[in-house]
Amino acid sequence: MKAIHTATLALLMGTAFWVAASASLQAADMEKELNIVAWPGYVERGESDKNYDWVTGFEKETGCKVNVKNAATSDEMVTLMNQGGFDLVTASGDASLRLIAGKKVQPIDVSKIANWANVDKRLQDAPWNTVDGKHYGTPYQWGPNVLAYNSKIFKDPPKSWSVVFEEQNLPDGKSNKGRVQAYYGPIAIADAALYLMKKKPELGIKNPYELNKDQYAAALDVVTKQRALVGRYWGDANVQVDDFKNEGVVASSSWPFQVNLLQADKAVMEKTPVASTIPEEGATGWADTTMMHADAAHPNCAYAWLNHSLDAKVQGDVAAWFGSVPAVPSACKGNELLTDGGCDTNGAANFDKIWFWRTPIGKCEAEGTCIPYSQWAKDYLAVQGK
Amino acid sequence: MFNTLSNLFYRRPKLLTVLLLAPPLSWIVLVYVGSLIALLIQSFYHLDDFSGTIIHEFTLSTYGELFSTSNLQIILRTISMAALVTIAASVVAFPIAYYAARFAHGKAKAMFYLAVMMPLWSSYLVKIYAWKLILAKEGIISWIANTMHISWILNAVLSLPVVGGSSLSFSYIGTFLVFLYIWMPYMILPIQAALERVPQDYVEAASDLGATPKQAFRDIILPLALPGIIAGSIFTFSLTLGDYIVPQIVGNSRAMIGQAVYTLQGTAGDIPLAAAFTVVPMIIMIFYLTMAKRLGAFNAL
Repeated sequence: MKAIHTATLALLMGTAFWVAASASLQAADMEKELNIVAWPGYVERGESDKNYDWVTGFEKETGCKVNVKNAATSDEMVTLMNQGGFDLVTASGDASLRLIAGKKVQPIDVSKIANWANVDKRLQDAPWNTVDGKHYGTPYQWGPNVLAYNSKIFKDPPKSWSVVFEEQNLPDGKSNKGRVQAYYGPIAIADAALYLMKKKPELGIKNPYELNKDQYAAALDVVTKQRALVGRYWGDANVQVDDFKNEGVVASSSWPFQVNLLQADKAVMEKTPVASTIPEEGATGWADTTMMHADAAHPNCAYAWLNHSLDAKVQGDVAAWFGSVPAVPSACKGNELLTDGGCDTNGAANFDKIWFWRTPIGKCEAEGTCIPYSQWAKDYLAVQGK
Repeated sequence: MFNTLSNLFYRRPKLLTVLLLAPPLSWIVLVYVGSLIALLIQSFYHLDDFSGTIIHEFTLSTYGELFSTSNLQIILRTISMAALVTIAASVVAFPIAYYAARFAHGKAKAMFYLAVMMPLWSSYLVKIYAWKLILAKEGIISWIANTMHISWILNAVLSLPVVGGSSLSFSYIGTFLVFLYIWMPYMILPIQAALERVPQDYVEAASDLGATPKQAFRDIILPLALPGIIAGSIFTFSLTLGDYIVPQIVGNSRAMIGQAVYTLQGTAGDIPLAAAFTVVPMIIMIFYLTMAKRLGAFNAL
């Protein structure tokens, strides 16, 4: 009897010890912290609106405390990743290839991510996140660079990007000089190339990111003419929101994020209501990938986040907040915040019309060699100075 | 053992000096100077545009690129802005420092110190965003101009060529005003320190010898305060040369040196040209500091 008691006790204690050990071992797998560089609005923990929170649940489940560093431009993201100290970054196509070439991000083992199978097939092997068959991150969201406009001035949505590229009188009779904006970044030359694809088809531009010498010169000319129309280029989403409110900007390329913020502000909608559209030439856009730093200090938390970011509810919440389209198509249905029509409103049907940001390189399919991005940057700085 | 050490250091005082100086000096040499040299070396490489990689071979072609029209414009634009901000800051700061040094006593003096230092307590970005709102088309300056029916003055200012724009916060004038505000404490405090060291006896002696107040100011006080002005100008000039945040938020998007460096080293990956741009303010400041030394800014050290 005594022996059985002792044995049972020993067994019970052993089991308890084993459970505790494996629990603490699992907890020890997670590094307790995670540092993410993200576009503003991509990683929310309910501080702006308590309905939009996909972080606190993750923190409770995994014990990884999430620290977010907001970056306003791709340049800032590349700078921060070069600096180090971060685990993940939600990089757009113009930064992702730069990060891969600079060996600042590592390939992802997609077998460790349960939700990978749900990712939109068109994004799984995209040229801006998959190199030599290796996946360098998980797609997060995608969306267009829309044309945001003041709907008091434009009773009908503008049909063409010419309202921001060419000097003209707007429907209120006054010139658009000083009242339009454009994105501050060399990649904006692609917007001019996109405009020329329709306006000057004789140039033969097939891809706004692959421009040979003549096509590039024409696009640069459009950007130079635009310089006289723009008071100040926008690089920070919140600064642009302020520009629409307080600086009399009436039309600009923008993200659905700013449009949503402006439309949520009742005072703004009375005085300077804002709406958005995709003109007939189409639009450039961005498809963001969550990438992991080559020397990430918290890889287990990072993988947990990568999987969490592909969860259908999270994808839908982000899309509702940012105005983007989820990388996981199943997120479009059954999400309260996004509503079933949300994906269509945000432009889900436009995938084929959008030219997603990618870094222009010298090797290309256009006639002759193409102009690489470093030249875009130098010329863009020169145009800015005019 | 301590006895032996103590005796050793007594006999060889130079050894103690070397041991005390070694840690901070090695930090300066390795971390500070070392990283500066690593940066400088980058400017002697060049970027192969086609492949987007940096070719690690010695060449001066990157420096040659600095002399293109648009890059020279960037450099000249930054130097002009820095010079104007410095001159304006000394003009605005001098009366404030003069009053605080010579006429404010006790509580009033403390209040002056507090008032000058308080902007430094708030975040740099918050100050710039606040000014963006003040200078906005729908901001308080426009509102005051409209209410007092003097908006024609504001429009006249905005229609000035080159420095004007469609809104104060989209113009060189706006950038100039924000720089002036942000660096003001760094200009006021050195001038105040220099003025406080001008003995009252000198001024009284000058009037005893028959100098009018204007002569006393011009010949006695101003030359003695000049080192303070120059010390303050080092701050405003060098800080404006390198700044890239203010022109981005309040400005007309025409690049200054800091913004050029920022754009080039980001997604463009053009580290050599960014490094070459960085060397420009360094060289300018070496000249500036040499001149400042000649004019006596460091005599008090």
